[in-house]
Amino acid sequence: MTELEHRQDRAPVPKDWTYAPAPEARDIVRLEERYGHFVGGEWLEPTETYTTISPASEEPLAQVGQATEAEVARAVQAAREAFGNGWSDVSPAERAKYLFRIARILQERSREFAVLESLNGGKPIKESRDVDLPLAAAHFFYYAGWADKLEYAFPNRRPRPIGVAGQIIPWNFPLLMLAWKIAPALAAGNTVVLKPAETTPLSALLFCDVLRQAELPAGVVNIVTGDGRTGAAIVKAEGIDKVAFTGSTEVGKAIQREVAGTGKKLTLELGGKAANIIFDDAALDQAVEGIVNGIYFNQGHVCCAGSRLLVQESIYEPVVEKLKRRLGTLRVGDPLDKNSDVGAINSKQQLEKIQELVAAGEEEGAEIYQPPCRLPEKGYWFVPTVFTNVAQSYRIAQEEIFGPVLSILTFRTPEEAVEKANNTPYGLSAGVWTEKGSRILWMAERLRAGVIWANTYNRFDPTSPFGGYKESGFGREGGRHGLAAYLQFEDGVHA
Amino acid sequence: MPDRLPVKKTYKLFIGGAFPRSESGRTYEAEGQNVARASRKDVRDAVRAARAAFPKWAGMTAYNRGQVLYRLAEMIEARAAEFAEYCSGRDEVERTIDRVVWYAGWTDKLAQVLGSSNPVAGPYFNFTVPEPTGVVATLAPDEPALLGIVTRIVPALTGGNAVVAVASEAHPLAGIELAEALATSDVPGGVANILTGYRGELAPWLAAHMDVNAIDVGAANGDAPDLERAAAANVKRVVHGHADTQSPWEVAAFLELKTVWHPVGQ
Repeated sequence: MTELEHRQDRAPVPKDWTYAPAPEARDIVRLEERYGHFVGGEWLEPTETYTTISPASEEPLAQVGQATEAEVARAVQAAREAFGNGWSDVSPAERAKYLFRIARILQERSREFAVLESLNGGKPIKESRDVDLPLAAAHFFYYAGWADKLEYAFPNRRPRPIGVAGQIIPWNFPLLMLAWKIAPALAAGNTVVLKPAETTPLSALLFCDVLRQAELPAGVVNIVTGDGRTGAAIVKAEGIDKVAFTGSTEVGKAIQREVAGTGKKLTLELGGKAANIIFDDAALDQAVEGIVNGIYFNQGHVCCAGSRLLVQESIYEPVVEKLKRRLGTLRVGDPLDKNSDVGAINSKQQLEKIQELVAAGEEEGAEIYQPPCRLPEKGYWFVPTVFTNVAQSYRIAQEEIFGPVLSILTFRTPEEAVEKANNTPYGLSAGVWTEKGSRILWMAERLRAGVIWANTYNRFDPTSPFGGYKESGFGREGGRHGLAAYLQFEDGVHA
Repeated sequence: MPDRLPVKKTYKLFIGGAFPRSESGRTYEAEGQNVARASRKDVRDAVRAARAAFPKWAGMTAYNRGQVLYRLAEMIEARAAEFAEYCSGRDEVERTIDRVVWYAGWTDKLAQVLGSSNPVAGPYFNFTVPEPTGVVATLAPDEPALLGIVTRIVPALTGGNAVVAVASEAHPLAGIELAEALATSDVPGGVANILTGYRGELAPWLAAHMDVNAIDVGAANGDAPDLERAAAANVKRVVHGHADTQSPWEVAAFLELKTVWHPVGQ
């Protein structure tokens, strides 16, 4: 027996090559049984509560408050007092240091937050660990640096804070969206009342403990939980000077109507139906990875998801074939398993919406493909799905599904790609895949969208402004431009 | 006689992340201590260390550089009591820390304030980005002892340069203490090098060195014109830095601007 054979003989040979379970430890997170609202630096006992669950198992996690109008009013009042009594007098350099502290604490406690985020939201731990948390901390770090440099961002405009910002965030990136809202607001010198999404309140509530550790003055950040009624109360509240909303276009329009005539400042980051455009000279394997990342990242619960794939006709077959093969390797399952690529759908309501639109796609005549896939019995799940033979008029090509569902269309010329890509009321993002640099820029000039990714997709960075054209909203988050949403200027020109 | 005799520190140079004595074996007495008196060879070693460390520092993401500089502020804060003994006191230390934090916040904003997208009249995408110039030589001012050297070194580091600094001849201990904070701050070895010795002896070698890209002669006093002439040998950027100031333009002084053209078309 050769040495090699001898070694192989002794080595334990796996009987099958499927992944062993690799669950991330849950005990790093300590949940309270019941959470109140964080108002004026203290926990306010809620008058009404509801149960927040894990969408992967339907296991109840905690009782959280459903803030009433009166409770929202108290939070707004706490924010007003904090703004008037001290926070606006804190020197910008000291303000910066509070934000640096928050960034550091988020880095220090990142695994705890990542586990909680996956537990309460259903997203795979590898995403919450490697995307949500690092980006949230980086966002605070970046805006910390701006707090005492505002005059360089807006020369000759004498920037100053607006006052109290009411912020309403979605459930797809709970902590990251909190960071996108709170970091620039505080850097600019405002105080805030923030409402996390109804289904994902826990990371925002744990964030209150970060604020305690950072010794942020009471009332500068207030967090109230609840459903759309609480959000509506924030929008309507008298003491709110600025409303920032991330969520659906439908609710965004309602908010715009509500604040009309009140003088409140408004920024909206709404839905999308992004085109991911693949030209025949693209590096196909790389493009297929980009397509998968574009639509199946975070179960497709991404406003900028590449939900419409536009493939140049000459490469349609190989792209679809490669894509289907790649879909078969996606692992759908336990969000806390480190090998999961696709986690749970965030809520029953969202699952039903996805199911309804997918049924409509089949009814209208599109061809559905779903890889063989065993889903867990409990919880909310949806198999990664591809539709071919999709016409532009189909609902699955027009409406935002906000799930792991891709609609494939084709084009022949760059002009046709632009026309089809722009043929939606949305304009948040787009992707372009080609090895030709000049074509990337030609396309970028013509695509009516706020973010264009070329030969990549779903990239985010605190320095990079993000936001939509058309019905995807207005205002930008991130970068120097993201500050403008939270400032007023003494030059008499609006922001 | 004291019960216990304190162990005294040997004050050495800071080159390539290590603390060597001067290769010349020389010291001089300053602030009651024997301080290394660097030689021409030490200057050349420091420039080589800086050049070697430059690509890594310049190649880091701006975010990462910002975090490392913030870490430097954390390290100075942790040693604030010691630093206070080597300068005018606690207030100067605190201003120093806050200045480092201020610059830490600039690393990932410089391109957004100093760079541009240029609307050229043709089918081209054209943009300008700042980049570090390379190895920067700095003469630290005598006063304020701590804030001065930090004010001169940190803007160059913020932009992604590697630095060789000559500490104040009269007040070198703050610079040596700073080296010890740098050594524990995640600033890669060789990115910041601090020499002690006679400024008049060391500055001409730095000014004439062909692998130094910029020299800050703000603290050169009467020697500045000679140093500026020597700097012309390889067209060094000559900067007259102030001892107590902060501005993104302090960083810009050690940056190059790169403009990129790219065609737009189908």
